[in-house]
Amino acid sequence: MSTRLSNTGRLVNRSAVKNFTFNGKKMQGYEGDTLASALLANDQMLVGRSFKYHRPRGIVASGGEEPNALVNMGEGARFEPNQRTTTTELFDGLTCTSQNHWPSLEFDVGVANNYVARFLPAGFYYKTFMAPRAAWKHVFEPIIRQSAGLGKAPKEMDVDRYEHFYAFEDVVVVGGGIAGLQAAKAAADSGAQVMLMEQTTDWGGRAPVDGAVIDGKPADQWIDETVAALEAMENVTLRTRMMGAGVYDHGYITGYERVADHTPGDGRPRHRLWRIRAKQIVTATGAIERPLSFAGNDIPGVMLASAVRDYVVNYGVSIGEKTVVVTNNDDGYRTAIALVEAGLQVPMVVDARSEVEGELPNKARDLGIRVEAGKAIGKVKGGKRVTGVGICLQNGEGGALEEVKCDAVAMAGGWSPVVHLWSHCGGKLIWDETQAHFRPDANRAPTGANGEAFVLTAGIANGDMGTTEALASGDAAGKAAAKAAGHKASRKAAPKADVVAENAMAPVWIMPQNAGPDLRMKMWLDYQNDVKVSDVQLAAREGYESVEHTKRYTTLGMATDQGKLSNINGLAILADSLNAEIPQVGTTTFRPPYTPISMASIAGEARGEIFQPLRKTPMHDWIENNGAHFEPVGHWRRPYAYLQDGETVEEAVKREVKNTRRKLGLLDASTLGKIIVKGPDAGKFMDMMYTNMMSTLKVGKCRYGLMCNENGFLSDDGVVARMDEDTWLCHTTSGGADRIHGWMEEWLQTEWWDWDVYVANVTEQYAQVAVVGPNARKVLEKLGGMDVTKGSLPFMEWAEGQIGGFDTRVFRISFSGELSYEIAVPASQGRAFWDALMEAGEEFGVQPYGTECLHIMRAEKGFIMIGDETDGTIIPQDLGLNWAISKKKEDFLGKRAQERTFMTNPDRWKLVGLETLDGSVLPDGAYAIKEGDNDNGQRNMEGRVTSTYHSPTLGRGIAMGIIHNGPDRMGEVIEFGKVDGTMVKAKIVDQVFFDKNGEKQDV
Amino acid sequence: MRRYSAFAIAREAARYHQGWERAWAAPEPKKKYDVIIVGAGGHGLATAFYLGKNFGITNVAIIEKGWLGGGNTGRNTTIIRSNYLQDPSAAIYEKARSLYETMSQDLNYNVMFSPRGVMMLAQTESEIRGYQRTAHANAYQGVSTEFISPQRVKELCPIMNIDGPRYPVLGALWQPRGGTARHDAVAWGYARACSDMGMDIIQKCEVTGVRSEGGKVVGVDTSKGAIDCNKLAVVVAGHSSDLAQMAGFRLPMESVALQALVSEPIKPCMDVVVMANTVHGYMSQSDKGEMVIGGGTDAFNNYTQRGSFHHIEETVRALVETFPMVSRLKMLRQWGGIVDVTGDRSPIITKTPVQNMFINAGWGTGGFKAIPGSGWAMAELVAKGEPGPLSAEFGMNRFIEGRFIDESVAAGVAH
Repeated sequence: MSTRLSNTGRLVNRSAVKNFTFNGKKMQGYEGDTLASALLANDQMLVGRSFKYHRPRGIVASGGEEPNALVNMGEGARFEPNQRTTTTELFDGLTCTSQNHWPSLEFDVGVANNYVARFLPAGFYYKTFMAPRAAWKHVFEPIIRQSAGLGKAPKEMDVDRYEHFYAFEDVVVVGGGIAGLQAAKAAADSGAQVMLMEQTTDWGGRAPVDGAVIDGKPADQWIDETVAALEAMENVTLRTRMMGAGVYDHGYITGYERVADHTPGDGRPRHRLWRIRAKQIVTATGAIERPLSFAGNDIPGVMLASAVRDYVVNYGVSIGEKTVVVTNNDDGYRTAIALVEAGLQVPMVVDARSEVEGELPNKARDLGIRVEAGKAIGKVKGGKRVTGVGICLQNGEGGALEEVKCDAVAMAGGWSPVVHLWSHCGGKLIWDETQAHFRPDANRAPTGANGEAFVLTAGIANGDMGTTEALASGDAAGKAAAKAAGHKASRKAAPKADVVAENAMAPVWIMPQNAGPDLRMKMWLDYQNDVKVSDVQLAAREGYESVEHTKRYTTLGMATDQGKLSNINGLAILADSLNAEIPQVGTTTFRPPYTPISMASIAGEARGEIFQPLRKTPMHDWIENNGAHFEPVGHWRRPYAYLQDGETVEEAVKREVKNTRRKLGLLDASTLGKIIVKGPDAGKFMDMMYTNMMSTLKVGKCRYGLMCNENGFLSDDGVVARMDEDTWLCHTTSGGADRIHGWMEEWLQTEWWDWDVYVANVTEQYAQVAVVGPNARKVLEKLGGMDVTKGSLPFMEWAEGQIGGFDTRVFRISFSGELSYEIAVPASQGRAFWDALMEAGEEFGVQPYGTECLHIMRAEKGFIMIGDETDGTIIPQDLGLNWAISKKKEDFLGKRAQERTFMTNPDRWKLVGLETLDGSVLPDGAYAIKEGDNDNGQRNMEGRVTSTYHSPTLGRGIAMGIIHNGPDRMGEVIEFGKVDGTMVKAKIVDQVFFDKNGEKQDV
Repeated sequence: MRRYSAFAIAREAARYHQGWERAWAAPEPKKKYDVIIVGAGGHGLATAFYLGKNFGITNVAIIEKGWLGGGNTGRNTTIIRSNYLQDPSAAIYEKARSLYETMSQDLNYNVMFSPRGVMMLAQTESEIRGYQRTAHANAYQGVSTEFISPQRVKELCPIMNIDGPRYPVLGALWQPRGGTARHDAVAWGYARACSDMGMDIIQKCEVTGVRSEGGKVVGVDTSKGAIDCNKLAVVVAGHSSDLAQMAGFRLPMESVALQALVSEPIKPCMDVVVMANTVHGYMSQSDKGEMVIGGGTDAFNNYTQRGSFHHIEETVRALVETFPMVSRLKMLRQWGGIVDVTGDRSPIITKTPVQNMFINAGWGTGGFKAIPGSGWAMAELVAKGEPGPLSAEFGMNRFIEGRFIDESVAAGVAH
């Protein structure tokens, strides 16, 4: 059994007891425990079930590489699946449950898969479940889905808070082990701005566990002193609980800080995502121990030797009373020694190497530990818990020599540097034969815009296995990074550690060497996804030879640990199967994040009301308080209609149209884009941007203009006003303002950079009100001020002056066909001006109107709407807007495109009005259907509806549409198809339905 | 080829699965082929498959720079739908979708086509109008779609918040027979079938030059030497411009990275595919349990295939807003794929200035769903030398004529 020891545990505070529950069972741990160490202290070795065969799974590691010990954590709005117990700090009141089983962890029906595992090898699902065809969706897929997955989906809305921080650093050091600390210190000594992040709660990494002695002091003391020195430096930022998540181009690195995972509900943000721009990055990310592949290496109680050591030394937790250590290197002996020193039994160290000598093995022997060289574990006994191991010869086939009783197995398969962050942005690796691992190739580092490396690596992450070497490479990396960031490196020497001589490890990828298929089917590579040695060999046999094919075919390395434990072992097996060298097989791609990070941390503060910025006009509050039914328009919300008591939306729209046509309506037109174009070359520029001739527009005049993209398609429209000799004001659509501003800037910056033109988006600087209807002039005259009579301010002119004491710009333009003034005031005056208009307008029947009323009135007049009559495939000529295309200009954007054959083809669909014979409203987006099918069996079509409304003014449905040869077919009746297959008949008519001669607007 | 079946698995289980044969052979290139296809992704392999199946042309080599299916076929978000607006698009994507329906049986390889339904959310008035228009068009294009209410959306996808404060769901365009498939299996299944027909799939073989004589293609130079051919089909999404350059002409397209990510696996919670174009994000759940999430394309041209951060931030925000449960899931992995994008965001299936050389490219962000239809159309073009009805509108001369097939009205973001 696993239990708490009385005499060890450097990280736990035994005076602070923490209560928690696992599967409803009450348990206790200490402050400083991880959830994993606390579970082990309570003899909870079995913590979950594997993905495919639902085999019992125990804790196997002590850090972020853990593939098995994932739990559903928390409840309700703080529920979270797949929480890794090895990286979860224990806190009082923590609740968690095990995953992926039914009905219980102990008795899981899904384990049936395990009993037929022989019939479910890698990729079996590609070879079956094909008949009958419908069964996949209705039978097989649902079963597979239910069986797969891990934790449960959260159900409630997350109540926690998340935020983003931004930082700019000279040097970011990832990893707070001794190499990282020394790198940070060396960089900081040069004066560089340094950030050091450590994913766990404690500094120092493995050195204290391994008993390192640095500069003559115990590692803990050296670490404390170094951290204290760094804390005292103003140019250093230290962060624990923060993982380097991803390295991106140009020194961009994300840090994932788990601020309050261990103090839920304390009001602080739960996670903080740091978005850091670093001149140089040092990855001192350590290494991960590899499992060994022997039969039954997945039975709970089999654990990484380093993890066994961590639990004993850091948390005072023993994994078992009798632990067999199996190793292919000297480091494994550290675990054996630590266990014996803690008073536990190590019946045997099984060493695959044929000769075992050296400082650590001899120390083990001196402690009375039996060391067996050239041996292997043939098979682990036990079901939900190890009960013993069968020992065999490493170079044999697995014939048992003896059986050793034990309740834990510590496996030491060598170390793989954590090269993830190095690799994210293109850093390359080299294969180190001596250590049998990939490590960063300093000559092929990730490079920045200047072609220089921006990532360095240090310590064991660089393959520097000895303590002294790790400190030296940390020191060198820190200095080099500071220098590359523009600082003069300090000349202090690196600290030195006491040397422990280690003999060479022996790569052992399968144990025993000549194991038959029966054993290979029980050697686990990927514990979570249930990928075995035999699966990788099967993939190779079937031709899935690329490492990516093998991965995808077997799912090796695709679990939540992303292959941190399994990848190297798996590709060694693959290489062996292919008779290739490991470096030729290569690795799969390392992708961010290093370990999974919360989606919420990526989203940050942006949720709910502030999910996206909400743009508000000065009148927004009034609109909100006066019955607005809103619709989103870009980041604005505009009133679709203003609902009065008891009204439906349709009724409100109808009322607004009638009131505006008969009396007086006010529209908040502030969202309308307003872009100033100014400069000596502004006229030339305007002539290029618009299809119309804008350079000749007289000061004081307005002109309706069209803008096309370089492909000739209509992209925006609006009224342009000439302000003065070198200034134009361009009105754009509400949704188009930012796009058109960007469009203008793009041309000015990339093509016409030598033109003297300045463009400014002043949309939010002005509030704008459309005062519309027969009484429009009356209300303005009542407010008093400038002369707004036809004589002084005729249609399509503008003037500046005062109205009701407000400084205004008044444009006599109309999108409704009514007498209309669009009046701009400084944004700060918008609300007051609106209130003044509402008050003064009361006697004239003023009512506000919304966007739908605006749309209907423009449709009644046959005015086009960008986004309705246009969709990115329409040229102005399609809409009968030839009059707005200058024939005098040599060039404008879209001119040449509009001369292309398909654009000038007379068969293009052209804009007309449409009236149903029965007066009904044509369906939105309906197509005009013609006889026959095309070559692909689709019905022939001859046009479509672009806008369709019920016209309150005319009391019937009206529509606009583009129809093949439409303008030549006036009076013809054509058919529009509904989605249900029935047809609606409509007559082709003039698109102007109301006030055809424009008399109402020009009074 | 020995057929796959439950019986075959049982047979092999008895002998520890030692008897399975290779899914595809690994031959050395011959001196000459009738047709060389460059690119052993889904589109290239499908082209080869239908050359053999529909036209009996099997003296074919499929040459791949890396590993087969290793480009965008193996890195997309596996969505299959055909609810396109324009006639030529609807035709080819629906052809593809219908071929997916029987692909597992046709290839004797389970590609796990799962017609679970695809919905595209309308969250603005203009999106409602846009999708209603698509529904109308689809009704006469032989594509089964309907515009559904917010309540129906919620029934089909209970984890969705349809009452979000900023962009409440106003309806959706629903294609019940859209869905997903196992992307790798599509490439592997085609590869196995092609190999079985005697075609040569040559992996780790990079094309370094296109050889032509008198304006007519005669072969390619590769890292494994020169190989002759009568016809050459280039199907190398992402790097099409490079191959065109080797042959001496330019293509109207740019290459950009498209972003995607997956969550950790969880138990089944979402049975449909949801695309939300206003807020920029789309999501489905894989059979393995991961939430598969698609983002947008980077705003700069590149070939890196790397995950970048700004787009996934936007995407994840949108999804947390649309599916609140996403908030407490974790991102497992993010990546990028290189897509080549044309001026109208529709593909090019075309003859080229070099006689007997054909190009199929420019599927942009939506290529996976098109694989079988694209292969079908490309095979016809290669076999006959002239486009058939499916590809007739996708020639590259359309950019000279201005005859665009613009789907931007139907899909504002990556699809």
